[in-house]
Amino acid sequence: MKPFKFEQATTAVQASQTHADAAPNARFISGGTDILGEIKESVLEVNILVSLAGLSGASEIISSDLGLEIGALVTLARIASDQSIVETYPALAQAAESVATPQIRNVGTLGGNLCQRPRCWYYRSPLFDCLKKGGETCFASDEGNKYHAILGAENCHIVHPSDVAVALLALDATVVVSNASGDRQMPIGDFFVSPDVNMLAENVLEPGEFVSKVKIPKPSSGTRSVYLKAKERQAYDFALSSVAVSLEVRDETITQAHVVLGGVAPVPYSVPQVDSELTGQKIREVDVQAIGQLAVKDAQPLSDNSYKVRLTASMVARAVSRLISE
Amino acid sequence: MAQLPISYSASITLNVNGTDHQIEVDHRWTLLRVLRDVLGLTGAKRGCDRGECGACTVLVDGDPVCSCSMLALQVGGRQVRTVEGLGDANSLNVLQEAFLAEDGGQCGFCTPGFIMSATALLESNTDPTEDEIKAALVGNICRCNAYGRIIESVKAAAKSEAS
Repeated sequence: MKPFKFEQATTAVQASQTHADAAPNARFISGGTDILGEIKESVLEVNILVSLAGLSGASEIISSDLGLEIGALVTLARIASDQSIVETYPALAQAAESVATPQIRNVGTLGGNLCQRPRCWYYRSPLFDCLKKGGETCFASDEGNKYHAILGAENCHIVHPSDVAVALLALDATVVVSNASGDRQMPIGDFFVSPDVNMLAENVLEPGEFVSKVKIPKPSSGTRSVYLKAKERQAYDFALSSVAVSLEVRDETITQAHVVLGGVAPVPYSVPQVDSELTGQKIREVDVQAIGQLAVKDAQPLSDNSYKVRLTASMVARAVSRLISE
Repeated sequence: MAQLPISYSASITLNVNGTDHQIEVDHRWTLLRVLRDVLGLTGAKRGCDRGECGACTVLVDGDPVCSCSMLALQVGGRQVRTVEGLGDANSLNVLQEAFLAEDGGQCGFCTPGFIMSATALLESNTDPTEDEIKAALVGNICRCNAYGRIIESVKAAAKSEAS
């Protein structure tokens, strides 16, 4: 591991300026569980790590009639166990609970989870100079692509590793990012970018910018949500396929739907055709198998991951089925 | 002539098992490295070195963490507890006794990590169900596959504490 400097920022302005001044060889660190892995495995070289852990106000969960604000430094363990989240935003609590292990959830933060780098084994190995690392080849295109994308990928076939992001997109969350001159915010769907837009990053953050909080509107009284995740091991593992569904149900009819897929595309993947198909249906009349099939209609599996097409269809069917029988 | 890389160092106060240590650390050092190589506390093990196996588990402010996946600088000023803080060879604590009595360790490499995860569990839940024990230990791997005995050890410790 090459030497780097660890700088504890005490204000957002200081954090932002320190990062921007040292870009591109600076990174922010909060819990560090993801970035330290990248550094140890020689996938990433940094000159400076700017710690956000000392920033005030970024460790709070504020619940109100308008909704929820979660500071970027809130740990995944707190999100998974916070009573207001468990009761009102269950998909988010379930997604946080599904991450890694208790040890990782006690340290890993909301902001860090959203900004974690891909788990593609070519990206994570220093032996492969892949597209994501500025090289000229996606090694997953032809073989060794069991865990890669089946949707929304052109040249680089990563899947986005975050569970929490999938739930947040289904819950229509907004991401607040900060820099030295203030904040800007955007729907979480606009925060993430696919490799076709920017090969070297998975989000829109500019030098000096970091995620400071996430806001979620309060769901209406008829809204229910769920997050389901398929993985090879029941602990530690990333999603082979996951799905978050939020449904608003009034008088036995679905009045709003948002279905989001994880583990199958370079970004948390909305399927608006499924949302439109569900909206207006009587809950007793929903054909969940057909909904599952519709969710993967555009899938383009690689040589080793066609299992993900059936798996994802089944996960969607299961999630919708669970919500309409609640 | 090639220049030697500059390494950065800092002085931190690390509270380990109730004792403050003033330590000069390289910014790159993990908590695990400081515990083992600076303080000589070799209970926490370097297994996978990537947060997957749990052999390096210690408690920071009461919560189990992978000490391989945190920098020492992230832990300055916080309370660290390791297996060495629970008991020693002459006076094992209840969990350590239970692991001995129930044969909860085989090769023993993973045992300190399991015991630290179980310590955090029993401090927040004195009468855990088997499912709660499994959920608390899910971040610890035992390649000898002693899981059944490990779960029995935690149950025995809870029972022993209750009596």
